This record gives sequence, structure tokens and C-alpha cells, in this order.
Amino acid sequence: MSNAEKQMMSPALAAERVAAGLAARRGRERRFRIYGRIAIGIALAFLVTLFVSIFSKGIPGFFQHYVTIEVTLDRAKLDPAGDLSVQSLYDGDARGVIRKALFEAAEASGRSGRKAAGKIISKGAEQRLRSAILDDPDILDTTQSMTFAVDDDVDSFLRGYIKRETPEKDRRINDKMIGYIDTLNEKGLISFRFSDYLIFGSASRNAEMAGIYGALVGSILTLAVCLVLAFPLGVATAVYLEEFAPKNRVTELIEININNLAAVPSVVFGILGLAIFIGIFGMPRSIPLIGGVVLALMTLPTIIISSRAAIRAVPPSIRDAALGVGASRMQTMLHHVVPLAMPGMLTGTIIGMAQALGETAPLLMIGMVAFIVDVPGSVTDPGTVLPVQIFMWADFAERMFILKTSAAIMVLLAFLILMNAAAIIIRKKLERRW
Amino acid sequence: MRLTFALVGAVALAGVTTAASARDYISIAGSSTVLPFATIVAEQLGNNPSFKTPVVESGGSSVGKKGVCEGIGTEFIDIGNASSRMKTGELEYCDANGVDLTEIKVGYDGIVVANSKEGVPLVISKADLGMALTAMVPACADGSTGVDCTEMVPNPFKKWSDINAAYPDVEIRVYGPPTTSGTRASYAEMVNEKGYCKKDDMAKAALKAAGAKAKVCRAMRTDGAYVEAGEQDNLIVQKLQEDPSAYGIFGFSYLDQNSDTLQGAVIDGTNPTFDEIAEGSYSVSRALYFYVKHAHVGVVPGISEYMNEWVKHWGEDGALSDAGMIPMPEEERAAFKAAMKDLPKLTADMLN
Repeated sequence: MSNAEKQMMSPALAAERVAAGLAARRGRERRFRIYGRIAIGIALAFLVTLFVSIFSKGIPGFFQHYVTIEVTLDRAKLDPAGDLSVQSLYDGDARGVIRKALFEAAEASGRSGRKAAGKIISKGAEQRLRSAILDDPDILDTTQSMTFAVDDDVDSFLRGYIKRETPEKDRRINDKMIGYIDTLNEKGLISFRFSDYLIFGSASRNAEMAGIYGALVGSILTLAVCLVLAFPLGVATAVYLEEFAPKNRVTELIEININNLAAVPSVVFGILGLAIFIGIFGMPRSIPLIGGVVLALMTLPTIIISSRAAIRAVPPSIRDAALGVGASRMQTMLHHVVPLAMPGMLTGTIIGMAQALGETAPLLMIGMVAFIVDVPGSVTDPGTVLPVQIFMWADFAERMFILKTSAAIMVLLAFLILMNAAAIIIRKKLERRW
Repeated sequence: MRLTFALVGAVALAGVTTAASARDYISIAGSSTVLPFATIVAEQLGNNPSFKTPVVESGGSSVGKKGVCEGIGTEFIDIGNASSRMKTGELEYCDANGVDLTEIKVGYDGIVVANSKEGVPLVISKADLGMALTAMVPACADGSTGVDCTEMVPNPFKKWSDINAAYPDVEIRVYGPPTTSGTRASYAEMVNEKGYCKKDDMAKAALKAAGAKAKVCRAMRTDGAYVEAGEQDNLIVQKLQEDPSAYGIFGFSYLDQNSDTLQGAVIDGTNPTFDEIAEGSYSVSRALYFYVKHAHVGVVPGISEYMNEWVKHWGEDGALSDAGMIPMPEEERAAFKAAMKDLPKLTADMLN
């Protein structure tokens, strides 16, 4: 068909041509939509699988079995020095006192019987007894009904993960122990309740005592250091680059470097932290202070980039108006532009913090991927963070750690969702549109 | 703004003051196989109100051995954990940095080959187990004739029964740790190299003809018969529970914890049970060590007490054996208990 013919094509003919191709065009569009739905469907299926697998294991992880026994708190045995000091209670025979109460409740006798029954209760019971005495010394020389966690193997048995039908030599609980557990159960002394260890306990190698408290405090301290460093530095950098810096080769180079920094693998920042803070300044390993600094380096590019975008979104008319009534550039900046850009800056900061909360790789190098029991009291005490705790628990052989791992993942997810939700709320509520 | 500057200043100041102050807790790093046991001991020490709980970092045996040798001062670790013994080269690094160490063996860890109880149990000789998984075998290892027996070819065995009709008629598929793992290195050395290549006449002849050392046998198959399943042994355990036809290689403590669903392969007639590993008849096991730095003993509080905690718990009925560590015989325990006191300096002669 020549050009001349094309031009002469009548409207009717054109409509016919279009109609002929229409079905194919509509088909293409329909197929495209189907592909899109399939893609979303696959993504959703993965998400649902993830949530189902985490929740099905994680929700039971928030609960565990406890045993309630009548303990006679003989002061002479528990507090040999008689001064109620921590050391005196440690030197006392808390273990013996608890075991005696347990043997009575489980009706255990004989050497092998006592050995089996003794395994029912958690090793953490002694500490719990000591702290109960420290909280309220009046309970000494009385008989108290006290509740202690059961050992993790016993817990697995009570949950049905370790089966009664399994031959005795193949299970970690022998027949004698099962007998005592049944006795305790018949007396109604075993309860399944919310695990206070999970929330208020610190890292422990006894699965039933393990909790996230220490890691949570470590995470908060680390993020606090990160925020204190990264937010002012990031905002100041963004303001200077956007409003004051001359546009020349040097600032261009700096800008390119900031953008590149955002793409640097996070473990590199850990190596930097190791070389500078531990290598040159000789600071101790495993402390949240260095962790926070390293994470701040990682978060800075995110904050700078989002802050610059927020500043750029403030209309020039605001600046012009302020300058027009005689404000200096500094006043224009601090009184008008920065407050208006603040919601955008905060959103970027919160998202940066949420990223930092989930990081483990940069912390590996500076020794925060570690088993740390004591809860850090300041940024210079050794500490670890939530994702590291999850990583360490996932590798331990004891079965109850699988449940606790999933429960800890749920806590971490909750914090991430909370932070992201805060970012969205700030953006919706405070951000102004022009 | 003024507040943030004050905060930044406070952070900087806190950094400077910590750098100057001494560390009052023990810092430990190293093997992830020793970690579950070292943490139990650390936690016990921490229960004593006089001491803080030691910090135990992971990272692998090489991190432990290198880290402890890096220097003297509170920024360096006090104790390095390792699931393989220090080599003379690693000790030279220590000497170069002026670090004196004492070696303490704490116990043993068995390496097991296991599968689901729903699968066929594996009863095998160590040589055949090595032959099943090493990358290269002599050309006539599978009984083929008319080929040059001294030539090494890629491992041809597809099923366990191809090696010996008595073995299960199941495809060879073994999940195990990746090359970065100490468990893998120990397994390859004990089973592939020492169990097979140094014992089997055909393999010895072929290696001699090729002028290769038995060390080359440590390479595992890469044709899908050996599947690297990541550093986490729990992951391998899960895969075995889902797939009864597969086998897995991991530490004894994981078999111990899952003895109701998994069964260990019988190797050279010995079962991977606590007792048989402890008395040494089950031979696929290795020693676990820690290396303590002399210059820090008495300076960082609690190091000798930490070592004492090991002694309290490393016996047959201790908390460590309950977690799956295999205790040393009585005499060995006495010898290392004495070493904790006398702190004999580790020398190159002791390592040979």
C-alpha cells in the first residue's frame, strides 16, 4: 500500500482495519493482566507460607510449661552468711531446697528416682528462687507455693513432640521421668502459660530459660547511638548540599559518592569499624557503641538522600517569601524550609533505622555476633542485637530453641512493622502537599 | 540542635573513656562446634555474682586460633576455641606477636552419618563410606574391566548398592556442611583420606601413579551425591526428617537431640552412641580445644575460674555431656586439669 492510498483510506475502511486487530489487542492486554496477577499471586503465596510457618511455630513459642511446688524456704540453708547478700544466696543450697520440694511433689525416692526427677525442673529455678528472696526477704523460713519452668526436654514431651510410644532408649526422657511427670500432672501441678522467660529472660543455653530481653536492650542501645549520630549528621549534610554548597566538581563528586555509599554491602562498614574503632582506638569488642557507629555509617546515605528529596519538595515560593521579607538564608532555612521538610526527613530516618534493626553482617566483624548473657547497662557494656539472637538460637541443637527462634522472629517483625507504620503515619499526617 | 551536639559529644567522650578502662569480662571467640559447650560453661560462671558472664563469639576455629594470637591487650580476645588442633604455622603467628598460650583439650565431638528412621539404616565400612563420597576414585573401583586401574576417574557410584550389594538400594544423596565448616574438614580427613585413600590398595596405587598425595581425596563429590546444605546442622536434620531416602553428616549432639526420628549409620561395626564414641570405638570423632593467653590470666578477672567451671561440668554426668559433648577419659581430664593450673607454654614440639 502506497502512502497515497493510505491517506485516501476512508473512515469506514479504517474502522474495519481497527476492528480486525482489536481482538488481538484486547487479548494481549488480558494476557498481560493475567501475568501480573500470577506474579502477585506467587509473591503472596510465598508471604503466606512464610507467615504460616513462622506463626505456627512462633505462637506456641510464647508459651511454655511450668510446675508449681511447695518450697520450704529454710533460711539456714539458703542464706548461710545470714546477710541476704547476693554472694551469700549464691553460696546457699537453693538447688537442694528446690529438689527436696520437687521430690515430695513427684513422690520420687531412691537414688535413680531422684536423679530422674531432678531433671524435670529447669536449671534456672535456683536463680528464680534467689531473686524471689531478694525481692521479698520475708518469705524466708516460710513455705511458699512457687512456680518454676520445666526443663526443655520435659516441655517437648508435654507438647507431644517427644512421644511416649518411642522406645525408651530413643528418647531423651526415660520411663521413670515420664512416671513422675504423670504424677505431677495428675496433681494438677503442671501448667502451660505465657512464657515470662521469653520476654524478660536473657540469652541462655537452657532453652526453657532463654529470652530476648538482653538482645532487645542491646538493639535499643545500638539504634539510639545510630540515631543520635546519623540523624543530625544526615540532615546537616542534606541541608548544606541542597541549599548552601556551590555547584562545582567537588560537590558533584561528593554527591556521587553518597549515592554509591548507599549501595555498599553492609559488611564493609563492619570491616571499617573493626579497623578504626577496635584497631586504632583500641576500644573493646562487642559493645553497642561501636555497633551504633557502624550502623550509623550504613544508614547515613539513606537519610541524606531522603532528606535532600524532602528539602527539594519544599516550593521555592516559600524561600522567596522569607527572603523577600528580609530573612537571612540561615533563617529561611531553619525557620521555614527544614520544618516543612521534617516529615520527609523523619520518614527516611525511620526507614533507615528499620534497616539497621535487621542488620547482622556489619556487627559480625566488631564482635556483636556473640553469646552474651548479661543485659547491657550502657552503650559500653557488651551487648548483642535481636537478629543476632535469632541467628544464634536457630543453630542450637535443643528442640525448644526452634520455637523460641520463631517467637523472636515474630517480635522482630512486630518492631519492623511498627517502625514502618510510624513512617507511613508521619508521612500521611504531617506531610504537606502544595 | 544544641542538644544533638551535646549528645554527639557525649558519645565521643564515652568512647574515649572506655578505651582507657580495662575489661572486666572474659572475651572468647572461635569454633561454632565448641560454642554450644563454651556458652554453657560461661553461663555457669556468670551465675556466680563475683564474675560477669564471659562473651562468647562465633566465627569458626580459624578465627579462634588467629584471634587469640593477634596480640596482648584488652582489645584482643582472651581465649580462642577450636575444633581442630593448632598448626605450627598458626603457632608461629602467635610467637611473632609475643603471645604465649596453653592448649586445653575439653572433650570430643562425634561426627555422624544419619538418616530418618523411616529410611533404610546404613551399615557400612569406613573405607566404603569414603569411597561413596570422595570426588575421584580409581577407574576399576566399580569393578569395570579393561580400563587402566591406576587412572583416577570421577566417582561413578549412583546407588549405595553399587558399592556393595549388601548396602541399601537407594541413591547416594548425602546432605552435609560446606567447605567453610570444620566438621566437613574433619570428616573428609578422617573418612575420605584416612579411612579410604590411605587404606584401600587400589586407591593407593592410583594415587602413587598420579604422584598425588592422599590429601586430594578430601574433595567431596560435586555431582549431586553430596549436597552442601549450609552451616546450620538443624537445617540438615529437617531435610532428613522430610526425605527418608537422604542421609546427612553432622555433629553428634544433633543426633542426640533427635534420636526419636533419626538413626545413625553403623560405621565399621560401631554405633554412633554416646558410650561408643566416649570409649573410642566409634572412630569418626575429633577433639575440641581452647587456647588460653597467659598474659591475660590474672589480669582479666575470672579466667582461672572459667577454666574451673569446665572441670566441674566436663565429666560423664555433667551439663556438657547432657548437651552432647563426649567427655575425655579420666586420665586425660586429670592431665588437662593440671595444665590449667601450671599453664605450660604451647610449643611447636608439642604439636608434632
